[in-house]
Amino acid sequence: MPARRRTRDLLARASLLAALILALVPLVAVLAYVLRRGLPGLSPDFLTHSMKGVGALDTNGGAYHAILGTLEQVGIAMVLAVPLGLAVAIYLTEIGPTSPAHRRLAAWIRFFVDVMTGLPSIVAGLFIFAFWVLALHQGFSGLAAGLALAVLMLPVVVRTCEEMLVLVPRDLREAAWATGAPRWRTVIWVVLPAAGSGITTGLMLAVARVAGETAPLLLTAFGYDAIRTSPVAGPQAGLPMFVYDQSGSAFAPAIERAWAGALTLIGLVVGLTVLARLLARRFRPLGD
Amino acid sequence: MTTTTPAAPPTTRPARTPLREGPGDRLFTWAVTGAGISVLALIVAISVFLLSQAWPALAQAGAGFITEQEWFPDAQPPRFGIAALVVGTLISSAVALLLAVPVGVAASLCVVELLPRRLGRAIGQMVDLLASVPSVVYGLWGFSVLVPALVPLQRWLDAAVGSFVPLLHSPSGIYGRSLLAAGVVLAIMVLPTIAALCRESFLQVPRAHREAALALGATRWEMIRTAVLPSTRPGVIAASMLGLGRALGETIAVAMVLSASFDLTWHWVEPGGVTIAANIAAKFGEAGMLGRHALVASGLVLFTLTLAVNAVARLVVRRSVVAGR
Amino acid sequence: MSDPEDPAATPGDRHLQVRDLNAWFGTFQAIAEVSLSLHSHQITALIGPSGCGKSTFLRTLNRIHEATPGARVSGTITYAGQDLYAAGVSATAVRRRIGMVFQRPNPFPTLSIRDNTLAGLRLTGHRLSKTAREEITQRCLLGAGLWEEVKDRLDKPAVSLSGGQQQRLCIARAIAVDPEVLLMDEPCSALDPISTLRIEELMVSLKANYTVVVVTHNMQQAARVSDRTAFFTIAAAGQPGRLIEVGDTSTMFTTPSDPRTEAYITGRFG
Repeated sequence: MPARRRTRDLLARASLLAALILALVPLVAVLAYVLRRGLPGLSPDFLTHSMKGVGALDTNGGAYHAILGTLEQVGIAMVLAVPLGLAVAIYLTEIGPTSPAHRRLAAWIRFFVDVMTGLPSIVAGLFIFAFWVLALHQGFSGLAAGLALAVLMLPVVVRTCEEMLVLVPRDLREAAWATGAPRWRTVIWVVLPAAGSGITTGLMLAVARVAGETAPLLLTAFGYDAIRTSPVAGPQAGLPMFVYDQSGSAFAPAIERAWAGALTLIGLVVGLTVLARLLARRFRPLGD
Repeated sequence: MTTTTPAAPPTTRPARTPLREGPGDRLFTWAVTGAGISVLALIVAISVFLLSQAWPALAQAGAGFITEQEWFPDAQPPRFGIAALVVGTLISSAVALLLAVPVGVAASLCVVELLPRRLGRAIGQMVDLLASVPSVVYGLWGFSVLVPALVPLQRWLDAAVGSFVPLLHSPSGIYGRSLLAAGVVLAIMVLPTIAALCRESFLQVPRAHREAALALGATRWEMIRTAVLPSTRPGVIAASMLGLGRALGETIAVAMVLSASFDLTWHWVEPGGVTIAANIAAKFGEAGMLGRHALVASGLVLFTLTLAVNAVARLVVRRSVVAGR
Repeated sequence: MSDPEDPAATPGDRHLQVRDLNAWFGTFQAIAEVSLSLHSHQITALIGPSGCGKSTFLRTLNRIHEATPGARVSGTITYAGQDLYAAGVSATAVRRRIGMVFQRPNPFPTLSIRDNTLAGLRLTGHRLSKTAREEITQRCLLGAGLWEEVKDRLDKPAVSLSGGQQQRLCIARAIAVDPEVLLMDEPCSALDPISTLRIEELMVSLKANYTVVVVTHNMQQAARVSDRTAFFTIAAAGQPGRLIEVGDTSTMFTTPSDPRTEAYITGRFG
């Protein structure tokens, strides 16, 4: 083989490898840096106190109210998005193929679900702001934030569930039908359990995606310094928002809180993601 | 040989049901069909409510909404328009794609074609992990670490080509929180999206095609160039468009990297510039009545833009439902 | 070709009467104008070369053919005095009376052996007391010839059984719903010879309580096990399958009436 071809091949391979390393560098850099800057501020106090009465120069504040807010808001989002998303996925896989009319409707739904996965999170926030906060005069609250996060979660839930439901072999459905089971019982008692582990890990990934979103919170929960346990009573804090607010300050204690909050948030989100991926590998979905 | 006992006369028999239709399935079908339709209704609702709350601002500004370069919706008289926002959004997204697409495609090729399968899958998942880092963390890291680190690079770019490429020139001589820096952060954030879809496309190339090229004596790179890249062009295009959609809509990281000023700038390396999304985040807290309507109006523009980009990406490549992740 | 009426059979013996049955997958016609009677408490074997529509025909008997998108049927199947394809008749209810065992064993993977046996009943909404559950589980596993092997591990997952055991579990699951007819679509083709033999013995014992219809590729199996045999074939590729001849098994295999039947049975084709 002429040397030119060989060198071109080696050069190309080296470039591809370099690109891969370049792609991984930011991941390592960000995680390492957040760990370094965030660890000093991460104390038990930080995790158990709120910002009530705490100014930018004070060192005693914490993110408890924000963590609580995020847990509530993400919880609300899950309660709304998971059943609805699962129902849509069931429609697409079980009912969709049964008639030409349904096939067409399913194709449109699939198209728009895909398009919606690219919805910017700030637009989801704007929508709930326009709809819930303004038009329905409900004001800012944790519930509003939950609604916005649900809008973001819904397309992801639909796609994940659909992917997992399709993997369940047709055989199993036919076995159930052959005993005289109606379609709805087959779906609930045979198909869903078979797809169960895949759906669970997919949902964990969806939650992790949504838990880290700041932009929708700015427009719906609006932020609050103290602990607000009720998601409907008024503005509420969220962990991503906490980091954003604290980072806007010029003063060192606030900045340190921002990094500690960032570390907490990364721990939560990346931890959940990695856990879901590991579980997925352990309980491989049917059909693999 | 097992003894197969003929079944004894059954003592408990389930009751015989007549051969009639049952209501269960019809209800079930209605319920899930309704769920499916509600997704379509949601998109309609988003459009309707954004439009309705944007209308007061659009009516106020008229055609000036597109051309006006300032943002003072709560002043008397109100003056606001999206010109600066659109320019800033396009520039930062362009920078992001210029960086992320080549690196993403190359990294995915490396993972799929050069690495052994299991290692490739693990490394691929590590690249995907970039997507799970929240944008506020990228913003924090962006303005703490990346912006200062990019100053020398930006200075060098200006010195090298700034005199005949005005885009890369900074008239004020200051470098820092510029659209270029924002673009770099965006590039890191959209890279996993592009890489994941590229990987999916490359994995779908049938092994037979690769083997045919290799059997003819092609080197690895030649095989990639002739057997893998041509057929996956739609996938790569769709991946880039999805990345573009992500870049257009990214809010917080950009808001934290760019400074708070509002100006229309064509200079990539000079501090300044705003994007639609970052502007909404920055101005929302302090906005008055018309200010909020104006922000919603800019959000409507963003919504339309990203909807179009994502729709085109989806039309270019029909995703395979059985993804085998 | 239609079924030469067996003069010895009385009307009550004809459990399922098929008249002029056609079945399509979309625009492709899989079987044409099949008329056939299936006699109660007998085993009827459906034989013929690959692709001649025997499985499709079988699947029209319990109305599971139409569950495939785009599939449809014309003709009548009379069962207990009622046309199964009449308007208003629910396919689900039909399947409770006419059960099916598939080619590849398909126990529900997330359920135990006991729960698999009872799955059909739970899926059809029956509420059972604990004693009823135990009784039915034992009875059906006995009926499927599996009881002795699994009675001490009913709570183990069904997928821990061997292929032959899984298939017998599927049979147990099918008979737990108490059907009157049992359809078996090449039930042994995925199994080893020993398991095959066991299932064949099982089939013979099942006919005491059920009407059995078996699709099989294996002519020797049909000859060993069945009382009546029906021979299907296609004229040429792309043509729909048709019923050529049906009759008493021993007659079919020694002195068939139709030359095509004879050609298949003697191995000249198929």
